[in-house]
Amino acid sequence: MLLAERVSYRYRAGDRLVVDDVSLTVAAGDLVGILGPNGSGKTTLLKMLSGTLAPSSGAITFDRRPLTDWKRRDLARRIALVPQETHAPFDFTVLDIVLMGRFPHLGTFALEGPADLTIAQQALASTGTSAFEQRPFATLSGGEKQRVVIASALAQSPELLLLDEPTASLDLGHQLDVELLLAGLNRDRGVTMVLSTHDLNLAAALCRQLILLRDGRVIAQGPTDEVLTPAAVRALYGVEADVHRHPVAGHLTVTPLARVP
Amino acid sequence: MPGIRTRLALTITGFGLLLIAALATGPLIGSTHISLARVFDRSIPFADNADAQIFFIARLPRVLAAALVGAALAAAGVVFQALLRNPLATPDTLGVSSGAALGAMLAITFHFNFAVLGIASIPLASFAGSIGALGIVYALASARRRGLSSIVLLLAGVTMTAFFQALILFTQYLADFADTFRTVRWLMGTLDVGSYAPILAALPIVLVAFGMLATLPRSLDLISLGADAAAARGVNVLAAERLALASASLATGAAVSLAGPVGFIGLVVPHLVRLVVGSDHRLVLPASALFGAAFLIACDAVARTIWSSGELPVGIVTALIGGPFFLWLLVRK
Repeated sequence: MLLAERVSYRYRAGDRLVVDDVSLTVAAGDLVGILGPNGSGKTTLLKMLSGTLAPSSGAITFDRRPLTDWKRRDLARRIALVPQETHAPFDFTVLDIVLMGRFPHLGTFALEGPADLTIAQQALASTGTSAFEQRPFATLSGGEKQRVVIASALAQSPELLLLDEPTASLDLGHQLDVELLLAGLNRDRGVTMVLSTHDLNLAAALCRQLILLRDGRVIAQGPTDEVLTPAAVRALYGVEADVHRHPVAGHLTVTPLARVP
Repeated sequence: MPGIRTRLALTITGFGLLLIAALATGPLIGSTHISLARVFDRSIPFADNADAQIFFIARLPRVLAAALVGAALAAAGVVFQALLRNPLATPDTLGVSSGAALGAMLAITFHFNFAVLGIASIPLASFAGSIGALGIVYALASARRRGLSSIVLLLAGVTMTAFFQALILFTQYLADFADTFRTVRWLMGTLDVGSYAPILAALPIVLVAFGMLATLPRSLDLISLGADAAAARGVNVLAAERLALASASLATGAAVSLAGPVGFIGLVVPHLVRLVVGSDHRLVLPASALFGAAFLIACDAVARTIWSSGELPVGIVTALIGGPFFLWLLVRK
């Protein structure tokens, strides 16, 4: 579905590469996690995968066509991006925000009709945010905002959803809400996902494939159970960790033990 | 809540009726009472019909100028606020107004004496000033990276405004007493256009700007939530930002060259409109243009009648209303 070949990015000529020679494949139905310390190039990579940032070198194809050949609007009907944080400077209601997801499906002067409203309300329902429909977006809590922005991305009716640290700055309850929401969307609606995160346990619980990035380079990629090892955690974060399969949850869990000197 | 189609129809009808009411009553208000029946009485020759003369020569051009300037400044305010993701931005924020003012100051002080297509040198110079200011601010904001940085745009605009103000003061310092008086009067903002010619000169520019703006409201909604997010939703962000900047600056330049820097319209009107219609730019933009026109007609009616011994420049009235409103806005949140 999505294929990146030897992709690199630098912000300005002469700067260091923020993303350095990354190749990856995302198959339909996949759930891929990108792990890496702060500044490892996760967000830049996601922006390139969404087509909003052109790689300095290398190529990305979606549906066998290079992203650069896609019209913005056509691409937005297939790929949606959920940014790390969304700040609304004006008093949009939750429904306003979700309806904006319909943008790529409408012409320049077209207004949303009943069909678009139905899609938006389904997106609200599937993210458990129907109750806030008429509330101002700015009055929601962080976790509620994140779910509304995911609903807005779902209203785009995408096949591929890219999420930049979807659980950053959420409390444990909201983290679990988002985790279950994403797992459900992938399982029940077949939405393919690529997400970046700092939360190793979230990645272990949710993602079937992992890509480990350090200083813009891939240091390991493959099935979660093979890639998420104490050696990988040490290489990524400089932390000695215990990695074990949780007896109840069934997935790997990571417990940091000590800083590597 | 009804769908967007219903709300758009209601918004246009409601604010449209308000503007029609303002246009109809505006020319009747003034220090001298006139009778509408006498104004349109064809049996009296125009030369002998004082009511018709007041209506068509003194008041109607003012009311039409107020409508055009109010609509242009209010719409430009909406666009600058969305573009800078800052509800306190105004058409003055990016230095477009002060660039226009500098142009007019230079034309007055150094007695530029030319006309192009019947348009006098002062409006021409102020329009050139506004476009020059836009060019400088745009070049600064896009110099450092691909795309426009809204924070650089904002800082560059504020800095250019201060710099232009300094040049305006310097120009005034060089000017003789009579010219200084004229420049100070111009800076107050007045709708005393004197004839229909300047209105007809500004009208096509404002219409072109509005035509460009009409394609933008939904993109502005999305851009206000962040450029990357908007791009991922299918907005061609750079093209939309350039078009928005160009059209809002054209509208501002045309308005300022016609009436001088009439302040606060671009701030007050969009906020009042949002209180009624919400934040969707497909509603805010047309409603602000219509309400801006009506609002400035009303402010000018106040300016013409509040002072028994003469007329106030309308810029003083809008500033006296707008200043306290701005403060209320700051404290409210």
